[in-house]
Amino acid sequence: MEIFLQQVVSGLATGGIYGSLALALVMIYQATDVVNYAQGEMAMFSTYLAWTMINAGLPYWAAFVATLAIAFVGGLVIERVVIRPVENAPILTIVIVCIGLLVILNSLAGWIYSYIQKPFPSPFPETPIVIGTVVFGAHDLGAIGVTLVVLVFLYGFFRYTMLGLAMRAAAQNPSSSRLCGIRVGWMLAVGWGLAALVGAVAGMMVAPIVFLDPNTSPGGAVLGGLIVGVVENLVGTYVRFIGTELKLTVALTMILVVLVVKPSGLFGRAVVHRV
Amino acid sequence: MTGARAWERALVVAALALACALPFALSGFRAFQFTQVGIYAIALLGLNILTGYNGQISLGHGAFYAIGAYTTAIMLDKWNVPYGLTIPVAGLVCLVAGFLFGIPALRLEGLYLALATFALALAVPQILKYFEHWTGGSQGIVLSRPEAPAGLTLTPDQWLYFMTLGVLVVLFVLSANLLRGRTGRAIVAIRDNPIAAQAMGVNTALYKSLTFGVSAAYTGVAGALSAVAVAFVAPDTFNVFLSITLLVGIVVGGLASISGAIFGALFIQFVPNWAQDISKAAPWAIYGIFLIVFMYTMPRGIAGSLKLVLNRLARASGGAGGPV
Repeated sequence: MEIFLQQVVSGLATGGIYGSLALALVMIYQATDVVNYAQGEMAMFSTYLAWTMINAGLPYWAAFVATLAIAFVGGLVIERVVIRPVENAPILTIVIVCIGLLVILNSLAGWIYSYIQKPFPSPFPETPIVIGTVVFGAHDLGAIGVTLVVLVFLYGFFRYTMLGLAMRAAAQNPSSSRLCGIRVGWMLAVGWGLAALVGAVAGMMVAPIVFLDPNTSPGGAVLGGLIVGVVENLVGTYVRFIGTELKLTVALTMILVVLVVKPSGLFGRAVVHRV
Repeated sequence: MTGARAWERALVVAALALACALPFALSGFRAFQFTQVGIYAIALLGLNILTGYNGQISLGHGAFYAIGAYTTAIMLDKWNVPYGLTIPVAGLVCLVAGFLFGIPALRLEGLYLALATFALALAVPQILKYFEHWTGGSQGIVLSRPEAPAGLTLTPDQWLYFMTLGVLVVLFVLSANLLRGRTGRAIVAIRDNPIAAQAMGVNTALYKSLTFGVSAAYTGVAGALSAVAVAFVAPDTFNVFLSITLLVGIVVGGLASISGAIFGALFIQFVPNWAQDISKAAPWAIYGIFLIVFMYTMPRGIAGSLKLVLNRLARASGGAGGPV
């Protein structure tokens, strides 16, 4: 039972981090119908920036905030400079541009920081937290907390601020929004900035667990989310046949099953198209 | 339009003549690289039938490439089947695998289909490693390279090149015929408007899964050829990156265009090498920049831009210009 609880919590932590990366993806997708394949790479790159600042002697939380600011501006600039010129091109063209961005960021990180794994500090104490007889990693609990704070912040932003409202409007109906005087292009850019920011948080939270190297950007797992995180951990621990080798296959089979049973996603509504 | 078609025909003949002369003018290594281009072109054509013509996005064609390659490798390694025979078998195996995967794929569209196929691409290397007895695990299978049949005075490199070219020409002609006729129109109609296609009596479910099967078969044949040409298969050569490279190939080459497969193949074979020559430190950064610049200047791929040029040429040379 104790092992079960521990696995669930560490699963929730990893799942929460994957989930926030997925959230970043969804934010861009909802607004522009573009899946940003470079999302994981952007998060990885931001984490390297944080690593540089911490190594230069900045306190952790100062580096954290600075990284978020840089990530936001970076995301904004990438949208303006790289994505905007192909805005009206066929969707696959945009996908390829994103893939181009992905390999550029990956290669730059490898070039600047080398492909050797680097340890990344956790802001939370190393001593585990004991509740009853169950031992929880402080970083796991901390990561869940930070993820929750990000979620609340985003909810508040989209729900209660003018900018959030304008962004939602721009995503839902670009032409009407433009008629109302919303600068739709800039709203999209801000969306990219926010997504980069959320990605950076996820990157900094996951790096103490998986270490930092240019190729650990969570790739396919990004798209998994919470449940995948939990089940992946449980199955890896309990089902000996699968072990750790096929862990990823299990996660992906699960995604496939969910997609086939509920084609619009777990909580998605079927979109009705006008013919 | 007829003017454009004449130009096109002239280009095809010129390209074929060039392709036949190529291996005699180049070193063995270069000939091998062009063999690889031919193999990629077959795989890209397969993916293009699915994604370009039928509108189903696949991020997992590397998986079918792997299945084709492993079918050939296992047949050669375990049962000593002549390699010429393994290639059609690999195609058949992939046809069935693709058709079966195409059935659940019917329920998925666009992004969700991309995700499901992506899962396939991620899973296949792991599964290959798991069935170690057959696949040799992470070590893979080492094969021997075929010699040219007795009587032909060709080096092994040249022989592989011509074999690939032969398969390529046959498959390209087949696909051109398939896509030009009734079936091709049904495939394109499903992409453009599935509901209208259904209303016109097209069995969309059957056509979509069949297209998936045919597309996988093409890619499987390419995989089989690559196993013969490289004489080595290992799970990690068929990683996700291969699937993404194939997608890059069809978009850069030109979606829904048969010649696009060749341009795309040339791109994915040679541009990474050029990038390596330009910068040893960060070759993929250069590749990425190439990719983005290509997409800026030719958003409809090389074949799309070429078509524009051809149409313009046809109009400029007067004759049967007509609307384009």
